[in-house]
Amino acid sequence: MIPMPNLDVLGFLVLATFAVLCGLSVILQKHAVASALSLVGVMGSLAVLYLMLGAEFLAAVQMIVYAGAIMVLFVFVIMLLNSGSERPAKARYFAYLVGIPSLLAFLGVISFFILKELPNTSSVQFGAFTQGGPAPVGRLLFTQYLLPFEVTSLLVLIAIIGAMVLAKKEID
Amino acid sequence: MNSLFPTSADFIRFAPEIVLTVVGTLLMLLEPLTGDGKGEKPQLRWLAIAGLALAMAAAIFAYGDPGPAFNGMLLVDGFGTFFSVLVIGTGLLTVFCAQDYLIREKQENGEFYALLLFSIAGQCIMATANELIILFIGLEISSISSYILAGFLREDRRSNESALKYFLLGSFATGFLLYGVAWIYGLTGSTNLATIQATLAAGGVNPRLLALSAALMFVGFAFKVSAAPFQVWAPDVYQGAPSPVSAFLSAGPKAAAFAIFLRVFTTAFGSMADRWAPVFWGSALLTMIVGNFAALRQDNIKRMLAYSSIAHAGYVMVAVTSHSTVGTAAAMFYLASYAFVNVGAFAVVSYVAAKGEKHVGIGDFAGLAARQPLAALVMTIFFTSLIGVPLTAGFFGKFYIFKAALDAGMVWLTVLGLLNSAVAAYYYLRVIVVMYTHEPSVAVNELEPASSGLQFGWVAAAAATLALGIFPSALLEFASRAAILR
Repeated sequence: MIPMPNLDVLGFLVLATFAVLCGLSVILQKHAVASALSLVGVMGSLAVLYLMLGAEFLAAVQMIVYAGAIMVLFVFVIMLLNSGSERPAKARYFAYLVGIPSLLAFLGVISFFILKELPNTSSVQFGAFTQGGPAPVGRLLFTQYLLPFEVTSLLVLIAIIGAMVLAKKEID
Repeated sequence: MNSLFPTSADFIRFAPEIVLTVVGTLLMLLEPLTGDGKGEKPQLRWLAIAGLALAMAAAIFAYGDPGPAFNGMLLVDGFGTFFSVLVIGTGLLTVFCAQDYLIREKQENGEFYALLLFSIAGQCIMATANELIILFIGLEISSISSYILAGFLREDRRSNESALKYFLLGSFATGFLLYGVAWIYGLTGSTNLATIQATLAAGGVNPRLLALSAALMFVGFAFKVSAAPFQVWAPDVYQGAPSPVSAFLSAGPKAAAFAIFLRVFTTAFGSMADRWAPVFWGSALLTMIVGNFAALRQDNIKRMLAYSSIAHAGYVMVAVTSHSTVGTAAAMFYLASYAFVNVGAFAVVSYVAAKGEKHVGIGDFAGLAARQPLAALVMTIFFTSLIGVPLTAGFFGKFYIFKAALDAGMVWLTVLGLLNSAVAAYYYLRVIVVMYTHEPSVAVNELEPASSGLQFGWVAAAAATLALGIFPSALLEFASRAAILR
């Protein structure tokens, strides 16, 4: 008799496979809009994974901020720049010859370690965690993680200055 | 249990970063109100200098009451204060050395100084970080400002190339670091270095997965300090970036990256030192060899200094490999002496390179002693320190590092490291010989006299190099006391 995998594992496998396929599609698509839409797929499946893990606030933020606001901006920028299909770069064979084997080796090593050390596939368990609502997340952000939360604003400020410095028009 | 809300002690321990951020923001706000119409903005320059001086005072004041801040996010101790003061000092020196360059390229503006100050704020966070999340944010603040500074000359293709390569490869390395952090959190349930250390020392954590996460974090850190085999970005970035920025990149961010490298691998991963030491051994040796032998073949002086900075990262890696208090103190001393020397050397390069950085060949230094005696003299002091001649800071730096390596029983690494520094002497001496004995060729440009600010920067860096070379004990004693990481 084939052991029936429980529903948690099944749900995880479906979503994780979808996320990885969409991620591959982001980098393999030749057209920028198709890549952007694949990215929406990655964000969406991640959001559902968060939701199943009990991080409902994170899931909502993931949908609203990433899949909603940021992706809309991405698509707008792509349309404004009117970028068409990507032209193949030179010296790609080198990248294929070195990059793909090392990527496979890296993934192989990681999956080997995980399969060897954590053979218990049922360690995926949804619903055990219940502290993912806005209140617990907010409490942590404003107490234990106050400093990283506030300092991130400096990071955003630097990004804005950087965009301005690198992209402004010369006024003379 | 203490209250989770910040107290005044928390803010005092975070004061240097607060000062740097506030002054950086002020620089941006005052930018439109300043300027004399000729592209010079001395008010902003002096504000940046005042801000850095104030931040240094705040860092020293905070050390009067050392301890953790913001629920263990930061740990103000001797080690952190040492690196905070070091990166702020590097920033001060960079401001003095950059002014001629910025005025010449008509780039003196608030953004440059603001980004410099923000970058230093990130490095101060790295120096005192005791928790992986804030460590990562500090590293990103420092890195993203550095990417922008590297591409500060928007019209210059080399500067664009430098910024883009730095950004892409830097983000890639950051990905490795974050993946390692995620694994550590999964294995130990904490991102606090002290808690991770306690959990790992107690045992019971899966050793193979632990090694995997330590390896991933090693990749991220090794990239940031340009240790082999993750050093490929450094020559292109240092060559393409504006010279004052290259000076800063090779001193400040590198010192701060070594600070987190040392802190993470001696505290959190300290209990598994015998397992990571062989990896560090190989990386240190490879870094020294790649840096020194590639530098031999360079004719562009910025590229040569870039490879030399890789080689010096290798010497510091030797100190990290020894995994002892002596080794940590030696690394601290070395990074301090190296920071002054390198900012000074790049300042002379940016002066000789002249407008548009067209004169960066080693031949452009021909007869510098006759044309600009002061520039040639300070350059000679910097290069003798990089070789490691006695009476300069570099001598004691190398001496302490190899002494720490011998104490740790790494005879072969010491021998190979000493052979490497002998090889390195050739390419530094070559520049000194060109400066003093070669006749300037016809194509050599006329050099405008250096401004008093730039001359002050040269002399200050040279004086610090000689002072550390003649009286090393005061700094070394502080470093030895501060090197006990818990």
